[in-house]
Amino acid sequence: MRAGRRLLDAVAVLIALVTVFPIYWMVLSAVKPAGEIQSLNQRPWTFHPSLAAFQRVLQVNDFGRYLLNSLLVALVVVAVSGLIAFLAAVALTRFHFRFRTTILVTFLIAQMVPIEALTIPLFFLVRDVGTVVPGVGLNTLGSLMLVHTAFTLPFAIWMLRGFVQAIPDELDEAAQIDGAGRFTVLWRILFPLVAPGLAAVSVFSFIHAWNDFLFARTFIISEADNQTLPMALLVFFKPDENDWGAIMAASTLMTVPVLIFFLIVRRRLVAGLGGAVKD
Amino acid sequence: MTRNKTRAPLWLLLPAAVVLGGLFLYPMYQLGLLSVLDFTQAQVSGGEPTRFVGAENYSDLFGDPRFWSVLGATVVFAAGCVIATLAVGAGLAVLLTRISRVPRLLLSVAAMAAWAVPAVSGSTTWMFLFDTDLGFVNQLLGIEGFNWMYDRYTAFALVGAVVVWASFPFVMVTLYAGIEAIPKSVLEAASLDGANAWRAFWQIMVPILRPVLAIVVIQSIIWDFKVFTQIYVMTRGGGLAGQNLTLNVYAYQQAFASSEYGRGAAIGVVMMLILLAVTLLYLRTLRRSGEQL
Repeated sequence: MRAGRRLLDAVAVLIALVTVFPIYWMVLSAVKPAGEIQSLNQRPWTFHPSLAAFQRVLQVNDFGRYLLNSLLVALVVVAVSGLIAFLAAVALTRFHFRFRTTILVTFLIAQMVPIEALTIPLFFLVRDVGTVVPGVGLNTLGSLMLVHTAFTLPFAIWMLRGFVQAIPDELDEAAQIDGAGRFTVLWRILFPLVAPGLAAVSVFSFIHAWNDFLFARTFIISEADNQTLPMALLVFFKPDENDWGAIMAASTLMTVPVLIFFLIVRRRLVAGLGGAVKD
Repeated sequence: MTRNKTRAPLWLLLPAAVVLGGLFLYPMYQLGLLSVLDFTQAQVSGGEPTRFVGAENYSDLFGDPRFWSVLGATVVFAAGCVIATLAVGAGLAVLLTRISRVPRLLLSVAAMAAWAVPAVSGSTTWMFLFDTDLGFVNQLLGIEGFNWMYDRYTAFALVGAVVVWASFPFVMVTLYAGIEAIPKSVLEAASLDGANAWRAFWQIMVPILRPVLAIVVIQSIIWDFKVFTQIYVMTRGGGLAGQNLTLNVYAYQQAFASSEYGRGAAIGVVMMLILLAVTLLYLRTLRRSGEQL
């Protein structure tokens, strides 16, 4: 029994190592000097770490700007979609009205819609809206914020619903008896209590917006200044020779914020996900 | 906020309704509309008027052997990814229940890390690992000069590996949580009765976890059917001569590379219908598991 458990432990550790190996390789290759990257004898370590690739990426290719663009889009999406989802989740849990179940099912179905198929109509929609409201037309960050707010919304509502449900009704009733208006109940009572749920939802929305490659590629056609990370990264793929050092450095820059985020909220994420799946 | 019948829910729902109506429902309607129009570069630039062509885009599509080949590839690719993801995810979920604390922590953190890596970075990293000459894996296997992307199947296999690597953690974490929720006494009783791990898994865990399993399976189908970024980045937009196209990438290329927007929309509609069918299955499963909406 004990030997068997030792063996399973060893297998688990081995699998864990294989699983993180690509991430290790990415970071390692980002800090390897150019000579070792081009080598026909790649080693899984380096004795001469260098930040040259990061410098190339950040200074020559202005990657900092794209990082900021990505961050801006993701943060706006998190804030707007979180707020709208909170209001909708309250409506769907605290009130009983006709079509409530229909609306809930619609949100569930909306999560399954292949948003990739919607790129075609959305491209024309954004183009046309852009002639009226320049801030959200093609080539703007606004267009990305707009579509990702919509795409993250169904899941955010679905997940937040579970968190609002968990707050006892008596609490808002007591507040109302004490003379609190609807608005006060919403902001002073429910909002703070749902905050942990909002944090979990934020992670999902953030990652969705941060990772988006498709819409960035479709909407940001000619305005290089408004590109986001995923597209900017592909610049280092060249027909003759890929600049692997720069690609790995850029990939690392793109991964690290999400990775930190994910590991911090690891436990809460699982709880929230369980809620979303079971709820 | 008591459960009453005032108008309050309306203004609470209004922002969500506006956003989803404008950016979900309306585009879905537009997608359907585009799919019955002759809509190419000429119409986009306003050179020619848009023309209603009825089912022509669809009949063209269904008469094109290319479409069937892409559809077949999509189904096989998605099926392969789903099966591999579930096998790895379920296997590791069971493994997690049988190991000591520290290895368990290591494995779950490693899986979380793989899950967190953005699709684009994951794709580029695996591309470098499997690069023709500079790839560590090729050098390790002693097959320098072998290009994984030349052959249709090795290319699909490599992309599939990246997809599985990124998606097994969801399955593992969800199933592990499900297994942990099974009363210990049930599993102990089984092992006292002489059931080994294999039998305990199939005859006790699987029946109890049925609802969770169904959800995980259908989520995986939906995700793997829609894979876009990994294929687009790793095979440079669909592989040599389009050998690695899947429906999603095919629709995108038809619309934005060939300016056949009507045709691309028709492919989009086909995909939407397939996923809708899967979704309805999902809803039925949720209902069956006694879900109160």
